[in-house]
Amino acid sequence: MNSTAGPRASLKLMIVDDSNIIRRRIERSQQIERLEVVGAASNGRAAVEMFRRTQPDVVTMDLTMPEMDGIQCVEELIAINSNVLILVVSALADKATAVEAIEKGANGFLCKPFTDRQLNDALEELLSEA
Amino acid sequence: MFKEAEIRTFIDGTTNYFETSAQQSATVGSPYLVTDGKPGAYEYTGVIGITGARKGIVYFTAPRGMLTVLLMRMQETDTSDENIKDLVGEVANTISGNARRDFGKNFVISVPVVIAHDLEKITTPHARSFVIPINWRTHSAKLVVCLE
Repeated sequence: MNSTAGPRASLKLMIVDDSNIIRRRIERSQQIERLEVVGAASNGRAAVEMFRRTQPDVVTMDLTMPEMDGIQCVEELIAINSNVLILVVSALADKATAVEAIEKGANGFLCKPFTDRQLNDALEELLSEA
Repeated sequence: MFKEAEIRTFIDGTTNYFETSAQQSATVGSPYLVTDGKPGAYEYTGVIGITGARKGIVYFTAPRGMLTVLLMRMQETDTSDENIKDLVGEVANTISGNARRDFGKNFVISVPVVIAHDLEKITTPHARSFVIPINWRTHSAKLVVCLE
């Protein structure tokens, strides 16, 4: 992790999704006290640029996006910081896609549509790895 | 050729979307086949192009009133035209993406294309489409599946 402090230290969250509604929903619904949203990007290319600038510890990542898709973006973020925790949040519900995302370096997979509770449970599980 | 039995995947995806996102069930009417290439549309339509093992389109089409209430059920206070378009595309994207649970990774979906107000722009690549009527609260919408 970028953060070297204890498990209660604040962690920076970046949200990547081409839907403004989903970006806002994740920001509004996540109730993890130690997560602070530092940015939101609408495609993979913008996410890579924002990632370099804001250095988040945690990323939620859509897969189907214009310009650069989420799988490629996961690879690029991992190449920049292999310690980042990535939760893929995607409608693509086949197992092969989830496996591919994990193999590229993602740490978790949440299928859309999701409830607030499912989002927070997935984030809690992700952070338990931190 | 798209098989009638495969429509179940899209019915399940539609009901799951409303149950999960709006926390309120939608009812789905009997799907029907349209063979004249004109399955119809409401005010806002999110279109997903399908390539790979299957080819065609899937679209979700709904009136503004339904989409506004759906946004509000999702705790979204911004019901601007921009967010309404975003939502109709996201519904189409989610139901189509979920279909990969049954159709597999080679059911390749595009990013959504949203068409608002201009119903003449909505065309299907084949004459034959399945239409799934959706009723939610007092509103009606459709999911149209046009796959070869």
